[in-house]
Parts: sequence; structure tokens; C-alpha cells
Amino acid sequence: MSFRAKAAAAVITLILLVGLNYVFEGLGDFQIDPYYARIVSLIGISITLAVSLNLINGQTGQFSLGHAGFMAVGGYTATFFTVAWGASIAQAMGSTLMSPLGGSVVMVLSLAVGALSAAVAGLLVGIPSLRLKGDYLAIVTLGFGEIIRVVILNIPAVGGATGFTDAVPITNFFWIFAMAILTIVIVRNIRASTYGRALAAIREDEIAAEAMGVDTTRHKVLAFVVSSSLAGIAGALSGQLFATPLNPANLGFVKSIEVIIMIVLGGIGSITGAVLGAVVITALPEVLRDVDKQYPGLRMVVYALLLILMMIFRPQGLLGRRELSVDWLWKLTRRAPAATPGGGGNVDEQ
Amino acid sequence: MDTFLQQLINGLSLGAIYALIALGYTMVYGVLRLINFAHGDVYMLGAFAGFFIANAMHLDANPSILGAIVVTMGSMATCAAIGVLIERFAYRPVRHNSRLTSLITAIGVSLLLEYGGQVVFGAAPRFFPQMIRSETYSVGGVQITNQSLLIIVVSVVMMFGLEFIVHRTKIGTAMRATSHNLAVAKLMGINTDFIIAFTFALGSALAATAGVMVALSIPKIDPLMGLMTGLKAFVAAVLGGIGNIPGAMIGGMLIGLMETWIGATSYSTYRDAVAFGVLILILIVRPAGILGTASVEKV
Repeated sequence: MSFRAKAAAAVITLILLVGLNYVFEGLGDFQIDPYYARIVSLIGISITLAVSLNLINGQTGQFSLGHAGFMAVGGYTATFFTVAWGASIAQAMGSTLMSPLGGSVVMVLSLAVGALSAAVAGLLVGIPSLRLKGDYLAIVTLGFGEIIRVVILNIPAVGGATGFTDAVPITNFFWIFAMAILTIVIVRNIRASTYGRALAAIREDEIAAEAMGVDTTRHKVLAFVVSSSLAGIAGALSGQLFATPLNPANLGFVKSIEVIIMIVLGGIGSITGAVLGAVVITALPEVLRDVDKQYPGLRMVVYALLLILMMIFRPQGLLGRRELSVDWLWKLTRRAPAATPGGGGNVDEQ
Repeated sequence: MDTFLQQLINGLSLGAIYALIALGYTMVYGVLRLINFAHGDVYMLGAFAGFFIANAMHLDANPSILGAIVVTMGSMATCAAIGVLIERFAYRPVRHNSRLTSLITAIGVSLLLEYGGQVVFGAAPRFFPQMIRSETYSVGGVQITNQSLLIIVVSVVMMFGLEFIVHRTKIGTAMRATSHNLAVAKLMGINTDFIIAFTFALGSALAATAGVMVALSIPKIDPLMGLMTGLKAFVAAVLGGIGNIPGAMIGGMLIGLMETWIGATSYSTYRDAVAFGVLILILIVRPAGILGTASVEKV
């Protein structure tokens, strides 16, 4: 795409997001059922989580089991920032937290705080643990995730075991999807860059990559830090979403596994796969809501079976490393008429 | 001094549980290079199997040592069978794929047992019947319950039994050969599939013992009880040197002692983080563990 096309796409996306934000948040006359609006919001946050985890697990091939920990670090610091200073920042600008201007400025600042704190946590965790490989790395990241959770449990200022209920609900549809799109763009661009090639080389064969002159530790830590900071953004969004206070109980091992399931389902290494997985795994509990009420735990049983069967029959995930793209769909429509000669449908070729 | 001895006894009895579970992790890792995430949940199933057998025998009304032995044996047999089934239907099909595939499968099996357990047994905790009447001995100011004494004795016996199987029997030799090099062991005529299944059976039986033993002193059992305990036992295995049987015992005891000790200080709320902190330290300082030998990666 040329620069112009990119700029046009960005502007169109922005307008779309603002427009949809009106519909989803009920700012105008028409509002979508808040129940569905909420599910869509949760899906957006899951997309950010899954795509960011895909950078480290899929692109770099380093199996991290502590993604929820970084989400927690980013979420708690961002939410704490808003609670402590948000109102006074908004006031200094002659606005309030609940008005568009004040809310947006504080949101951007808190997202930055969340991303930065999670990045620092990622750096601190990444430097020692990325020296390890495979299952050892998995268990160490799991350990760090648990330590983060236990530490948060012991900080009364952020609510401890009751959760961070003081949070101000300033997250809205616009920010959730702006960040989801930003995450996709960042991960996609990294993948297309020389860094991305180096990460893929590490994934395929670490020793060979090192022999070819790739600074493996530096690249792994870099991918880890970017991935963590994006998880921090997801945490910041989810912590300040209406009526979903952060709670250490929901940010443990099981949450990390849930994100893993998303990317495994979609295809480890595929961005569109991660998006697909995020949508399915976030919407599934809502579809199964009645069943789950009757048999608590059944939803997780379904996940578990899905995971095992997936590994046995299709370990590369639904999409593998393929991406669903406009080009790919284009080719698909082009190939279809060739398969059925004489068939209509290629009007655009005339 | 009294408090120190008291904590030592408490720590050893907790550590014995971790050690029993850690043995299963370490044996499976030895032969398959797989972290069997589901192992902690086999321990949970061991407790539940014991619960149902004990209730069927109405042990609550007339506790007896003989009854307790029958319950333990029954639970061991059940879990050995479950371990073999897990290996056959979940791990064997993915054995030739990448290690990451096996790891994700193991996580899947673990989730399946935990939440399957919730669906089948219900999420609310159950109370294990008292199989042996509780007695407390006072030795020089230290309170020892017969349960914690039993836990320590039974686990030590089990560990020596395992040492005997692994080092003095034919099947143990085959296990060590498989663990050393699976492909070559196969070439030497060892039925490695059988050995792997046997390893799972043995490890699961030990976890079942741990499940029943822990239910003696802490009778509250629930489907998620294996999650944390399993992870800590795995840490114990890594601490001692994964793949190394005496290492797993030492690691388990150390984790138990450290946890009890932290639990007695004002930092008791950080108890759950201790094991993971230790894990991170050990992997940074000495990744092979206390008794493990570092391996050089070959290209």
C-alpha cells in the first residue's frame, strides 16, 4: 500500500470507530443492546491479548504461560493511575473524567502507563527467563505470573483479594478497538520487518539463528517486552471497563491458558487465526451460558477437549500459519470460476 | 528450639507429600521429556478415589488401619489405570510431534481432569472420612500427630520401594535404559511403549498415595486441589534435578520445609509464591537442579 492508501485507511477506520462508538455506547439516539455491546467489548480486549501473545508464542516460538501476569501489571497500574490522578488531570483541563475530552486524555495517559509498566515487568521477567528453553520457559513464566498475582493480593491499596472495585469506567468501544487494531498493526509490522525474520529464525532453529549472527537473547527479550506491554494495554482496558473490576482470582494461570487456547485454536503464528480464536473463545461462554449454569465447569471441559483433540488431529491450529487476507479471498473468488467453467459471477472482469 | 522442631516435623510431612508427587513428574520427564501437567490432577483423583472407596466401606463409623490400607491400595490401582489411560489416549498420539504439542496436550488433560472433576464430583469441597483416629504424641514439647508421622513413614517406604524397582529389577533397568535413550532402548528389544505406560502407572500410584495421605491430615478435598500442589511438586522435581529420583525427594522436602517456615513468619500470605521464587532462582543459578547433571546441547 502506498502512503496515501495507508493514510486513507487510517482515516476511514477512525471515522468508523467513532461512529460505532456512538452506537455501542449509546451516546446518540440509537443503542445496541448493552448485553451484546459488552460481549463485543470483551472480544476486542481478547483480540489484543491473543494477538500480543502470538508475537512471543507464535512468531518467536517461545512458549510463555504468564501472559495474564503482564495483563495484571498493566491493568493495575493503569487503573491505579486513573483512580489516583485521573480526576485532577481532567479538572486541570477544565473537564471531567466522564466527558469525552477529559476521559480520552486520561484514557490515553493510563494506557501509556499500563503499557510502560507491563513492558518494564516484561523486561525484568524476560532477561533471566528467556535464557531457558521450551517447557522450562513455560514453567518459569507461569511462576512469574503466579508471583505477580500473589503480590497484587497483598497490596491493600488496589483492593487485594476483593478486586480493584474503585476503578473508574472510562474504557469504551472506541479505545478497545483502536487498541486491538493498533496491536494487529504493530505485530504485523514487526513480522514483516528484519526483526520479524530474526524472530522466525529463532523459532525455526535457535542454534542456526545464532550461527547466522542473530543476537537471539536480544531479539527474544525485545519480542517479550513488546508482547507484555500490549498485554498491559489489554489489562488497562479491561480494568477500566464498566463493572468488570480487576481481580487477582481472574488473572492467574487459568487466564493465561485461556489466551493460549485462543491462539492454539486459531493457529499458532497466524494473526487472523489469533483474532478468530479470540472471537470464538470469548463468545463461546455466552453461547453456553445456560448449559454452564446447569453444569458449572462444563465450558472448561469443552475447552480442554478442544485443546487435546486439536493437538492430536491438527497441531498447527485451524489456520496454521496462513492468514485470511483480502488478497487471499480475492484469489479464492478468482479460482472459483475456473473450477466451474461457464459459471457466472466474474462480472468485474468484463 | 521447640518451635523449630515443630516446624521441622510439619515441614517434613508436607514435604513428603510434595516428594511423592514430584517422583511422578520426574519419572515421566525422565522417559518422555514431558512435563505431565495432569499429574497434580491424578493426585486429586487419588484423593477422590480414596473418598469413594472409604465411604463404600463405611470407614467413617469404624476406622481401622486395615481399612486405610485397603483404601490406599484401591486408590493406587485406580490412579495407575487412569495414568495408563491418559498416556495411551492423549500423550501417545502426540509423542512424535514437537515437545510443545505434547505440553499443550498435557495442559489440556489437566484442565479436563480439573473441570471434568467439577462437573462429576461438584465444585464444593467434600470431607474425607476419618480412617484413623487422630492421636497426638508429645515428645519433648513437640506435638506430633500420628497422621503426620504416618505420612512421613509411608512416603519414605514408598521412595525406597521405588528405588528398589528402578535399580534392582529388570523392568527398572528397562526404565533407566528408556530414559537414557528411547530409540536405542527400542533397538535393544525393550518394549518402550510398555515401559512408558508402566512409568505412568507407577507415578500415578505414588500420586494416589499422596492424595490419600494428605486427606488423612487435611480432610477437605476438591477438584482443583491438584492445581497448586501439582505445580509446587513440579518445582520440587526441578529443584532436585528433573529426571533424578533422589533429587525429587530432596526437592520435595526442601519445598515443604521452606513453605512451612514462611507460613510461620509474618509473610505467610506470600506462601504460595515461595515455590515459584525458588524455581526461578534455581533455574538462573543452577538450571540442572541440586542433583542433576548439566547436559551440553549438541547441534
